Amino acid sequence: MNPQGPVAEVQFDLMKLSISIMVLVVLVVFALAFYVIVKFRRRPGDKIPVQVEGNHKLEIIWTVIPIVLLLILGVPTVKHVFGLAKDYSKDPNAVQVIVTAHQYWWEFEYPQYGIKTSQELMIPTGKTISIQTKSADVIHSFWIPALAGKIDSNPGANLNKMYFSAKKDGVYLGKCAELCGPSHALMDFKVKSVNEGAFDRWVTAMKEPGKLPADPAIAEVFEKQCLTCHAVGDKGLQLYPNLTGIGDKGTVAGILVNTDDAKYKNEGTTYENLKRWIEDPQSVKPGNSMPKVDLTPEQIDGIAKYLSEYKLNVEQ
Amino acid sequence: MAHAHPVKRYTGLMDWLTTVDHKKIGILYLIAGGFFFLIGGLEALLIRVQLWKPLNNFVSADTYNELITMHGTTMIFLAAMPIIFAMMNAIVPLQIGARDVAFPFVNALGFWTFFFGGLLLNISWIAGAVPDAGWTSYLPLASPTYSTDKGVDYYVLGLQIAGIGTLVGGINFLVTIINMRAPGMSFMRMPMFTWSAFITSALILFAFPALTVGLVALMFDRLFSANFFEVSGGGNTVLWEHIFWIFGHPEVYILILPAFGIISEVIATFSRKRLFGYSSMVFATVLIGFLGFMVWAHHMFTVGLGPVANALFSIATMLIAVPTGIKIFNWIFTMWGGSIKFTAANLFAVGFVPTFVMGGVTGVMLAAAPADFQYHDSYFVVAHFHYVIVGGLVLGLFAGLHYWWPKMFGRMLGEGLGKLTFWTFFIGFHLTFFVQHFLGLLGMPRRVYTYLDGLGFNNMNLISTIGAFLMGVGTIIFIINIIVTSAKPKTAGNDPWEDGRTLEWAIPSPAPEYNFVQTPLVRGYDALWKEKMDGNEGMSPAEPIGPIHMPSPSILPFVMSLGLFIAGFGFMYANNDWQAGFFKDLFASHAVAGAGLLITLSCMVIRSLKDDHGFHIEPEELTNKGVKA
Repeated sequence: MNPQGPVAEVQFDLMKLSISIMVLVVLVVFALAFYVIVKFRRRPGDKIPVQVEGNHKLEIIWTVIPIVLLLILGVPTVKHVFGLAKDYSKDPNAVQVIVTAHQYWWEFEYPQYGIKTSQELMIPTGKTISIQTKSADVIHSFWIPALAGKIDSNPGANLNKMYFSAKKDGVYLGKCAELCGPSHALMDFKVKSVNEGAFDRWVTAMKEPGKLPADPAIAEVFEKQCLTCHAVGDKGLQLYPNLTGIGDKGTVAGILVNTDDAKYKNEGTTYENLKRWIEDPQSVKPGNSMPKVDLTPEQIDGIAKYLSEYKLNVEQ
Repeated sequence: MAHAHPVKRYTGLMDWLTTVDHKKIGILYLIAGGFFFLIGGLEALLIRVQLWKPLNNFVSADTYNELITMHGTTMIFLAAMPIIFAMMNAIVPLQIGARDVAFPFVNALGFWTFFFGGLLLNISWIAGAVPDAGWTSYLPLASPTYSTDKGVDYYVLGLQIAGIGTLVGGINFLVTIINMRAPGMSFMRMPMFTWSAFITSALILFAFPALTVGLVALMFDRLFSANFFEVSGGGNTVLWEHIFWIFGHPEVYILILPAFGIISEVIATFSRKRLFGYSSMVFATVLIGFLGFMVWAHHMFTVGLGPVANALFSIATMLIAVPTGIKIFNWIFTMWGGSIKFTAANLFAVGFVPTFVMGGVTGVMLAAAPADFQYHDSYFVVAHFHYVIVGGLVLGLFAGLHYWWPKMFGRMLGEGLGKLTFWTFFIGFHLTFFVQHFLGLLGMPRRVYTYLDGLGFNNMNLISTIGAFLMGVGTIIFIINIIVTSAKPKTAGNDPWEDGRTLEWAIPSPAPEYNFVQTPLVRGYDALWKEKMDGNEGMSPAEPIGPIHMPSPSILPFVMSLGLFIAGFGFMYANNDWQAGFFKDLFASHAVAGAGLLITLSCMVIRSLKDDHGFHIEPEELTNKGVKA
């Protein structure tokens, strides 16, 4: 736990309070138990012990003390249950985001700006983010450990609300926390918190017309094979992850981490990761909806290159 | 009435298939439950092998989900519950001075339906379509849309059949304990284990029907395209979550209360002291059972029920800590001033107390809903419920098995191997699950088939895997102990621990088939101990020696359950994509399902129409055969 926002801090404080109370309880019980099993071991010549029935005073003590401890924990619990249930979905100062969970990716829609993105939730640092979440298929659960606890994404019209905010610029890891199929473990996403200026530039850039690959042959394949499901800017369909600005993102498909200094099996440059993904999506994320598209190695190469260079450059 | 009926008595395998003797049924439960425990344990080890390092590919994502689903389902329904029923069958009638349970035939039926239900569920591994939506089987993941193979069908039908067994078993023990106590055994003189069996049975009576309703609805969704949980057809998936947890939370107390009972007996016996605060123990048990029904939504804090529900269920959940705390302190003060002997059984019982406290306090932490938003579905939860179920229930069952083994089999388990079992299992357990608290706090979600490198999860997962193998070693040592012991002669006396307090220690080990030659007269709490302290030789009888009425053995429970097993298969494969031909006609016309149901119904008709008065064991037989069963 490393809370980076007020919601996670409230949760963390409550956790610290409960852990302190519980450590106290555990220590008392351990000390008593230890004393008893050392002091009262059977020794040769032991007589039959006195058959004590009980002791009212003691029994009242160990009934009342736990009740007091629970009150100490219960009062802030109730307070924060209501505090964290505050509804910001009508607040014009909050950034509204509709989170739709899919097997196995996250769609983020910003109704105030009319844009949609996927896998990387862009937020302005310091502003309250009001989340409304639902699922397009099975139940998922939306969780950003460092910023806020989780809320389930339910299917149907069953919209769940929560809010959070980030105190500092940075990238935070998000996860799916409800078993949703084979690739549940791989349904990660990122939350990227940037200053308000960069956020506004990002919103503007997202609305610009989509750029197609420079090479007309690749552009044609891309339009025919990719834009039937995906979108760049105003081109293509929004059925599956929106690819606008994918070259800026920290990951491909949520789990192939983009870095120039690859240390682990799931890391590589953006270009390498895109290539790996397009070549065989099922080996990266078993059970996901993206098929192995019929492309030649040169076409894959061209598309991966084009996408890895598709940047919006909003951070200056 | 004392004329002897000519009753067919079986030997060998037929004896076991037809028995209605609660002691033999107890042994059957133990063997079957033990077998499923080993399967569930093997699944657990495969899970831990997959997780020992990041991005491991020992098993595929699909297989992993099958493993976690079957591990949970098997351990809860097919290992823990049956072994609890094994203990209840073996001991409860003896503790209350009864000659059998109230409905011996139903008792056998309960065992066989559980057995065939469990078998059906596990045949899924052979059929190649294994349940993979988690033991909670949340919809829509378990719906026909997202789970297209027959895996979840095995779950739905296997659990329905096994659930019949649990439900009738629970009813049987309720009736037995209410009606069949020996003279003088008032409710407030009942041994603590019998009390816990009583409350557990009551919980079963109220909780299992909820599960059955849910499973039937899910079965209709899957087999007959109903829309209970189909969102596009107006169904609701949150409904399943409620139904499941209205059963699922009391289930937790169904599991743990008998362990509480066992611990109370073992600690009192080996401390040579009366259980401290008996009446408050009884009260706490009843209260836990009652509150157990009021807290199911604490499994659903993140579902979006709203702050009012979350606050209420938070507080209700925290309240359970109070009666549980009472129990913990009562156990410690039972030992206080006692003369504690550390047998293997008592090591498990004493080890239980601090371990369960650790599981309990994390439970209270989870009850604080805003904090639970962070813990929920993370490894913190995995650590918590393994602390209460393994650190609580399984340690309790080990204590009970070591303690009552001589009463069940006439032989004492080896103490040396028993202590070795304890230390390997206990240390292995804490190694496995203690670190998982921290994995959860670091943000590792549960039910993930792998995790990425560089997140700081590696070392703790490795430790956890090592611990799991140590638990496996402990289990193997226990099995070796059983094998070694079974080769020894039956030498255990009536009261092999010498400090026995309750009625089961007043009769031979193992108990003869009629348990008590003469029903004992109970003169106080800890009936046998009281006679010992008053200087009497054993219990005084409450009746003269006379013919003893016994129920006849019957093969019907076995055949009835087999019929349900066949029907289950028939329904599952009715809409299979059979190629046209004999099998398609057979299954698609529901002929197989119908035949199975017909077998079961015919057995019910036979049972209803055929008078069976049982038979009598005459007094001469009792004296001739002496005390041997």
